[in-house]
Amino acid sequence: MNAITVLILFPLISSALIYLVRQENVRDILVRLCAIVTAALSLYVVCRNFKHGLKFSYGQEHIIDIVLMILEILIAIYIISVGLKNRKWIISFLALVQTSLMVWFELTQKSGIEVHNAIILDKLSSIMVLIVGIIGSLICIYAVGYMKSYHIHHSEYKERKSFFFSVLFLFLSAMFGIVLSNNLTVMYFCWELTSLSSFLLIGYTKTAEAKQNSCKALAINLFGGLGFCLAIIILGMKYQTIELSTLVSMEPGAVVLVIAFLLCIAALTKSAQFPFSSWLLGAMVAPTPSSALLHSATMVKAGVYLIIRIAPLLGITIVGRIVTLIGGLTFLLCSFMAIQQSDGKKILAYSTIANLGLIVLCASAGTQESLWAAILLVIFHSVSKSLLFLSVGSIEHQIGSRNVEDMDILLKVSRRLCLYMMIGISGMFLAPFGMLISKWVAMKAFIDSNNFFVVVILAYGSSATLFYWAKWLGKLASNASTKRKEKHKFHLDEEVPIFLQAVLVVISCFSFPLISQQVLIPYLTDVFKVEPIIPIGTSDVTIMLVMLSMLIVLPISFIPLYKNDNRRIVPIYMAGENTGDNTTFYGFAGEKQKVQLRNWYMENYFGKLPLALIGNLIAIGLLCLCIILLIGGLVR
Amino acid sequence: MLMYHTSYWRLSKIMLIVKILLIIILAPIIGGLLTGVDRIISARLQGRQGPPVLQPFYDVLKLLQKESIEVNLMHRFFIYISLIFVMFTTVIMLLGGDILLAIFALTLGSIFFVLGGYASNSPYSLIGSERELLQMMAYEPMVLIAAVSLYYTNHSFFIKNIVSHDLPAIVFLPGVFLGLIYILTIKLRKSPFDFSMSHHGHQEIVQGITTEYSGTDLAIIEITHWYESIIALTLVYVFFAAKSPMSHLLAIIACIIVYLFEILVDNCFARVKWQHALNTSWVITAVLSIVNLAILSFFM
Repeated sequence: MNAITVLILFPLISSALIYLVRQENVRDILVRLCAIVTAALSLYVVCRNFKHGLKFSYGQEHIIDIVLMILEILIAIYIISVGLKNRKWIISFLALVQTSLMVWFELTQKSGIEVHNAIILDKLSSIMVLIVGIIGSLICIYAVGYMKSYHIHHSEYKERKSFFFSVLFLFLSAMFGIVLSNNLTVMYFCWELTSLSSFLLIGYTKTAEAKQNSCKALAINLFGGLGFCLAIIILGMKYQTIELSTLVSMEPGAVVLVIAFLLCIAALTKSAQFPFSSWLLGAMVAPTPSSALLHSATMVKAGVYLIIRIAPLLGITIVGRIVTLIGGLTFLLCSFMAIQQSDGKKILAYSTIANLGLIVLCASAGTQESLWAAILLVIFHSVSKSLLFLSVGSIEHQIGSRNVEDMDILLKVSRRLCLYMMIGISGMFLAPFGMLISKWVAMKAFIDSNNFFVVVILAYGSSATLFYWAKWLGKLASNASTKRKEKHKFHLDEEVPIFLQAVLVVISCFSFPLISQQVLIPYLTDVFKVEPIIPIGTSDVTIMLVMLSMLIVLPISFIPLYKNDNRRIVPIYMAGENTGDNTTFYGFAGEKQKVQLRNWYMENYFGKLPLALIGNLIAIGLLCLCIILLIGGLVR
Repeated sequence: MLMYHTSYWRLSKIMLIVKILLIIILAPIIGGLLTGVDRIISARLQGRQGPPVLQPFYDVLKLLQKESIEVNLMHRFFIYISLIFVMFTTVIMLLGGDILLAIFALTLGSIFFVLGGYASNSPYSLIGSERELLQMMAYEPMVLIAAVSLYYTNHSFFIKNIVSHDLPAIVFLPGVFLGLIYILTIKLRKSPFDFSMSHHGHQEIVQGITTEYSGTDLAIIEITHWYESIIALTLVYVFFAAKSPMSHLLAIIACIIVYLFEILVDNCFARVKWQHALNTSWVITAVLSIVNLAILSFFM
């Protein structure tokens, strides 16, 4: 119990300390130290309570409530002033409305409500704690090395590293709060705190674009927060409880569905689903470590975490069906949109939204199998995607660009970085790796519940996914020659976390049967009171492990072949016009021209349709339909 | 009793290894023979005599004796890994394993083939690779949906269970089967959808992915293609085979008819634009599979 309190408060204290230390070397050591301690703490907490879980209450809830309320009002004042300063009235308005609603609720309505379990640590929250703790602290360590190079490459931005690191740790603390608390008001407070840290980090560079995008992100997330706040108020006034576990165990009647819908709105905004997806793309202006931490590995997972929690209320209900469709729509359209992108970070952003859509799709379907897939997706996606983000960040510093087209020289510039990148990409879509396993189980789950329409969506989305990842992988493999000689420093602070995450990707694939047996099966049995059927048989697991081993062993086994290789090497074929150096050819009038090889982006194919607009319109239509049906349910 | 069990277990292990070896050896031989027949029939359709049936084997043997030249040290390894994974897929499928897993393994093999095109960093290979990826994007939905539909009718992804059902899957899934036939043209690298590499010299952009490969490496690509033909025909087989032995005969006849049909299509159509291939295969996949599955779910 005390360990959990320490786990939540330690990053908060670190954040304050780091903010105060202005000396660069001292601060760097402090950041590394705090990150390691956070990771160790999360491991300790999870290992100690893994078997039986933990439920408890502090017994002094009203004091905590008062403290949180005061903090909430202070934050609201800050947000309102930000809104007024930037002339984004909507931000000030949303912050004002939800804070006054919450304060009114706290002061007048909440007196009779008692909280029995303020904190619940079960298997699902254990997994989330591990993701936040380990991946989060790896990213923080990476940030130490990254920010050094960042300010060398971007001397035009004002250096605010103390601020940057301290917000990262503040965010970690808030994230622990979200996944551990069962008291919805505390969860809501942490939820708003993550929105705020996202806003602060996106606006780090203080350029006009960064300001614009950070305000957009804040506005959309505050809208979701309003949904969250209304859900708490309805729940508290109607059922005299503010506990998530109590809500989940209720019968999905008309009012409960309204609450579930409002929570889903909050989750959809946080996980950047249609029609709320635009903020995540804008968030890519932030320095890469914050994109990795907030906008792919952890914060956006808070949304799907909430949906996984309330999954028993969704399933075949109206809300469940609508949210499933929105998830499917997002997965499909964002996969198509990713094909048209050539900026590495943009591709990662679209792919993140698409995969979150996939998780929302699985989680909201609410069957045991689909939840199995959803939780595995959360794990695998966090590991692979943060590896990809960190690698792209370092690649940008090494080759001076994050455009996929420029990455064909990466094999010559940094072989290790190229290998890490390839592992990350394979982890996202290739056969024995995690994301594919989950996709496979998702297909099985949906056909089992007769939902073949979703299966068709999954099939199309997967093939588009295959296209954009494979062409990136191809650029990495293409081994183009380069004349560049200068070497940029690849900090150890950058390399160690990247290496560890690459190891994590491989380990998570090897150990998924173990994860399934130790975590998913007990959790699902607990939620549904029925032992779930393991979706993938042992013989298949064996074959997959064989495939994974082949992928590791085969390239190594070619090394002896490579050693005594005495084949003739010739220039590449360019219809007889190769000048001999493979990079130029004889063009018009014998003039030397440079060869330019470009991937396909199919702008004329997919680009003709305004996919984002279509997605937003359909999603808004679906949400309106859901509201109408819910009102119908209430009236009846 | 225990003795009996261990010896039985050992015997079944040996049997399994023998089976795997037989599949690895026989599959390319049958695939090569099919290619030989294909070449004769195509020649006759064009009013030529055509080569002997064993010509594909002569070609491969000849290629193996040729000098292999290369443009860099890396690009041939992708082709070798691709062959190994395609062999792996063939073994999984013919041993009656999980059809979806087999498809994933095949995708992995195909991706390595594509990477081989990228790795040579030559303009013509790159065009071939992009087109191969496009083809994969065009046929992948149908193949996945076919596997899932087979599961829908039999509640098992395992081919050995699917082919021991009372009624063959074609009874339930005629629409899905038709869609599969459509994309099989892409999978078998037949005109009008042979964008990435073609056996018809007149419509090829140099040699697509294979531009920079020669000698042994080119022979390996050819052998990979033989395995792939067997995999494609196994997909057809699975739709027709059922419990009764007669149905297996019927399934083999169905495979032959489908293959002959593909040869006919190959010779009747010139290559189309890739937009056309992607549009038609996606629309046909969506319409046929959704209609078929909707009707099926209504009855089941």
